[in-house]
Formats: sequence, C-alpha cells, structure tokens
Amino acid sequence: MGDTTTAEAARQQRRRRLAYGALTLFALLYLGPFIIQLATSFKTDPDAATHPLSLWPNPFTMRSWKRIFGFSSDSSVDFVRWLFNSTLVAVCITVGRVSLDSLAGYALARLKFPGRKLVFGLVLATLAVPGVVLLIPRFLVLKQLSLFDSYPGMILPIAMDATGIFLMRQFFLQVPESLEEAARMDGAGVFTTFWRVVMPLVRPGLITLTILSFQGSWNEFSFFLVSTISPKYYTLTTGLANLSSGSLGSGTQYPLNMGAALLTTLPVAVLFFAFQRRFVGNQMAGAVKG
Amino acid sequence: MTTSTATTIDVPPTESDRQKRRRLIREQRKLNGRQGIAGWLFVSPALIGLLVFLIIPIIVALYISFTNWNGASNPLGGSAKWIGLDNYKKLLTSDSLTRTNFFRSVRNNFYFVLFVVPAQTLLALLLAVLVHQKALKGRGFYRTAFYFPSVTSSIAITLVFIFLFQGTGAVNKLLDLVGVKGPNWLQDQRGLFHQILRIFGVDSSPGWGKHTVMGLHLWDWLSGPSTSMCVIIILAVWTTSGTFMLMFLAALQNIPEDVMEASQIDGATTRQRFWRVTVPMLRPTIAFVIMLGTIGTWQVFDQILLAGKTNPTMSTPAYLTYQLSFQNSAFGTGAAMAFLLFMLIIVLTVIQRRFLKEKV
Repeated sequence: MGDTTTAEAARQQRRRRLAYGALTLFALLYLGPFIIQLATSFKTDPDAATHPLSLWPNPFTMRSWKRIFGFSSDSSVDFVRWLFNSTLVAVCITVGRVSLDSLAGYALARLKFPGRKLVFGLVLATLAVPGVVLLIPRFLVLKQLSLFDSYPGMILPIAMDATGIFLMRQFFLQVPESLEEAARMDGAGVFTTFWRVVMPLVRPGLITLTILSFQGSWNEFSFFLVSTISPKYYTLTTGLANLSSGSLGSGTQYPLNMGAALLTTLPVAVLFFAFQRRFVGNQMAGAVKG
Repeated sequence: MTTSTATTIDVPPTESDRQKRRRLIREQRKLNGRQGIAGWLFVSPALIGLLVFLIIPIIVALYISFTNWNGASNPLGGSAKWIGLDNYKKLLTSDSLTRTNFFRSVRNNFYFVLFVVPAQTLLALLLAVLVHQKALKGRGFYRTAFYFPSVTSSIAITLVFIFLFQGTGAVNKLLDLVGVKGPNWLQDQRGLFHQILRIFGVDSSPGWGKHTVMGLHLWDWLSGPSTSMCVIIILAVWTTSGTFMLMFLAALQNIPEDVMEASQIDGATTRQRFWRVTVPMLRPTIAFVIMLGTIGTWQVFDQILLAGKTNPTMSTPAYLTYQLSFQNSAFGTGAAMAFLLFMLIIVLTVIQRRFLKEKV
C-alpha cells in the first residue's frame, strides 16, 4: 500500500515537471521572436545580418530608433507621419464604432420599432461576409463617393461594424428592464433613459468594444491598402508593408524594419497589458456564447 | 353622447376600469410610437453606414463580376461592358493561364488549410490543458505569453518572420546548432510531399502524373505545401493558437468539477479521463474552433502580400483577387474570383456544421 502511494507521488511529480518543461518551452517559442526583434532593432545592419540570433547588439546603436522618430538626417521614410495617421484613424474609428454600435445595439435590444427583426437579420447577415470579399466593393464605393485616398474614406466605411452592434446588443439585453421603466415613470425620454440610466450600466461592454475597435483599426491593413494610394496616407501597417517590399528604396534594413514593426506592436501591447483581464475575459465570453 | 352618459350612470365602477385600460393602451401606443421613431433614429446611423459601405457595394461588386470593368471609369456608366458569365468561365472552364493561376492558388490555400486548422486546434487544446492544471504556478504569465502573438499586427509579425526565416537567419542558425542545414525558406518552392517522395527515390512525375486537371498536372496537385508556404503555416499556427486556447480554457472551466471527480473515483487514469471525459465535453468548442479556423485560413492575405508576392507556390485566391483587380486592372475577373471564394467558404461552413453537429 505504502509502495503504491510513493510510486503514485513520484509519477505525479514527474508529470508536473514534464508539464512545467513543456510550458516553459512553449513560452520561449511564443515570446522568443519578440525578444529577437527588440534586440535586432538596436543592432547595425551588418551585425543583424551576421548574428541574427544574438540577443546582444554589438555594437549597440540607436540609429534605427533615431530614424524612426525623425531625429536623423535621413528622413526618406516618414515614420512619424505613419504613427500620426495610424493614431488619428484608429481613434476616429473607435469613437465612431463605440457610439454608433451602442445606439444601434440599444435599439435592437430594447426599442420596439417596426422593421426591427429585418434590421437585425441584416446585421447578422453582414456578420457572415468574409473580409476578403470586401476589397473590391469598398474600393468601388469610395471611388463613387469621391472619398478614395482621403481620411474620411479611411474612416467612414469602417466606423460601424456588425460585430460591435451584436456585442452591444448582448450587453443591453442583460440590463434589467425595470430600471428603464422606472426612469420612464419619472418622465425621462427615450434618449435620456438611454444616456443617463442604461449606458452607465453597460460600461464593461463599452470598454470591451473600445479595446476591440482600437486593436482592430490599429492593425487594419487590407482596407487601407485599397482605400488609399498616396504616401501621405500611409499608416504604420501600409507604410511598413511598402518599406519591406523595398519600394521606398530602403532595401532590407532589418534593424529599421524590426524597430518599426515593434513600434506598430507597442500600443496594442500596452493596451493588452493594461486591460489584460478584460481582453482574456472577452475572448472567453465570446467562446461561451459561440 | 347619450350612450356614454347612459353607461356612466349604469355601471360606474367597470366604466372607470375600462377607461383606465383605454388610457393605458393609449399611453402604450404613444410610447410605442415614440419608441418607433426613437428606434429608427438610434439604428439609422449604423444601418445607413452598413448599407452604403457594405451591403450595396457587395451587390454592385456582384454586378461587376459579370462585366469587364477596369477600375478606372464609373462602373455603372457605359464603359463597363456586360459580358455575362465570361469571367466565371475564364476561371472555371476555359483553358487559360488565369484558370491555371486560380487553381494553383486554390491548391496552395488547400494545403495551407489542411495543415493549419488541425495544428492550431490541437496546439490550442494542448496549451489550454497545460494552463488549466489546478496546481500551476504562474498561470497568468503563461496564458499571457501564449495569447500575446494573437493581438499584434499581422504585418509587423510577418516582417519578424521574414527576418527569422532568411537563408542565413535566426532559424537556420538554430538548426545549425543541432547540425541540420536549413533551406532558404522563403525562396524554396519545392513541395513538402514531393520532397518526402524524393527520399524514397521518386523525384519526378510518373506517367499518370502528367495528366492535366484544371490546368495543373496531377503531380503538381499532389505537391503538398511548398517550403515557403510552410513558413506562413508556422506563422498562422503561432498567431492563432492563443485565441483558440482561450476558447478551450473557457470551455474547460465549464466542465463540472463532479464529473471529473466521479471519473477519478471510478479509477480512470489521467489519459483515459482526457480522452473519455474532457474531449467529448469539449466537442462543441472543438467544432466551433475548427469552423472559425477554416473560415479564417481560406482568407489568408496580408502574410502572402508581404512574404510571397512573386512566389507562385504561395499565392492564394484572396491574394490573386487583389492582384488581378488592383494591379492588372481586371476587376471583373477579380470580383468573380472573390465571389467564388465566398461561395466556397459558405459551402464549407454548411458542410462542417452538418458533419460536426451529427457527431456531437
């Protein structure tokens, strides 16, 4: 009897050690590329080419970062402008999505209006359209409305989304109806009820939607690719893609590329660490719903 | 007038009740009317946006797929000519270079899906099970590490992978350490299955392999993913497994504790418990992950544009759609290809739904 328990304990210990080993190996595989990326951004071009695996820049240089932030005589690549464009566009799209999706989500959750079922069906149907199918339609409509290659053209078409409407609707459905009735008894109009009573109650939903919208529009690539053509509208993603293809005459300057890619990753990374619990929670909630 | 006075005199209590009800109905109607107007006011900004920028353009693009529009003029004006099913015929039935390119891209994408979807599902499940262990220290750290690649920009991550997988890059340096000479990853167009067959002495197409199906030799259909596509396969598995891990974690947390305890008391080993209890209970989530994975992988685009622009073994229907339309100005053919891809995705989703539901 005693023998079996010690054998069992030994086996459990072995298993636990194996699990930790596997976890650490995976963590290395998942974070390693980012660490190499960070180290490379402080290397010189030849150093990056000959010692791609080394985590120790030799010699250590800030050249790439100086170029990225415009403190360099070589200003052929306008990163600061890309950063500005990415920020402007992502902020506008986020504001648009949070307000328009909330309004629509509330109407679909709570307001009884003729045609509600039809509108909801339409929203659900657009959810099913794969993004790849939208490249040509979006280019088409921007051309027709003379919005091609402009800030409004980059913002308006994606300033509302079916996913966000659906998400907000789910949150509004969870608000107890009695609260709205009470507000109405007190003589509050529909908008006042929405703004003063309901919106404060769905704050978790609003934060979720803000994070998802910002992350989505900051990382957006294919839509900006087909909605603009002038370099002055390059965002970090479209600019970076052009830089790497060598069309900006830079060849393969890996330290510069890695630094710029890191700059693209950073804001979302900060957001991710600040709201980590919510990020993770959302994905999990989404899974339960699915 | 008279009737109303009469009724007031006859039965005052019921009258007041009825009046009250009427007043309530009237108020409800007024409220409904107000809600009706408010509802439309609330929903219309988003709805108009979706109609103008999404739904109507999709319908117009469907029309474009039946024309020879070149992208320059007004597509609804006279310059785009209606050519019926010609674009679709060019892609499916006529013996043309366009068709060969299209079906080659379908082959490339098929192998991509075939490798990525099972790998990301299994890896996500493995990571979830590892992170879910009860006595694990540092769970938050591991979960964060595995999820992190999922939130970053596809463009930034692809650039990092291009750097890592150069001929003399970090990955090959690592392989050198264990005495393996790595290929020139992103330039290598040899198919994986062809390379495996070569080990067994088959290094060129046998006679039957020279038959042409949809513009491509049978031998080429059986190539497997090229070495360069394998880089994108690794990239895709690496960036998506974290998201799917979270879905599995949520599902694992929903498995009732007593089910696990009961099976433990019944003497089930850890392995038995995993295959006989955990996996069956996760079945709906597995089905969901496979479906999301399939829909996503058939649309791979950003990574190809960045890493495989000139590599025919990496082009995918999504990338070819872009190339045809925006670089060759053949918007009609590009639109037709996009809709074929759309239909393919819908058909696969429906089939998977039916197939996976039956098993649940």
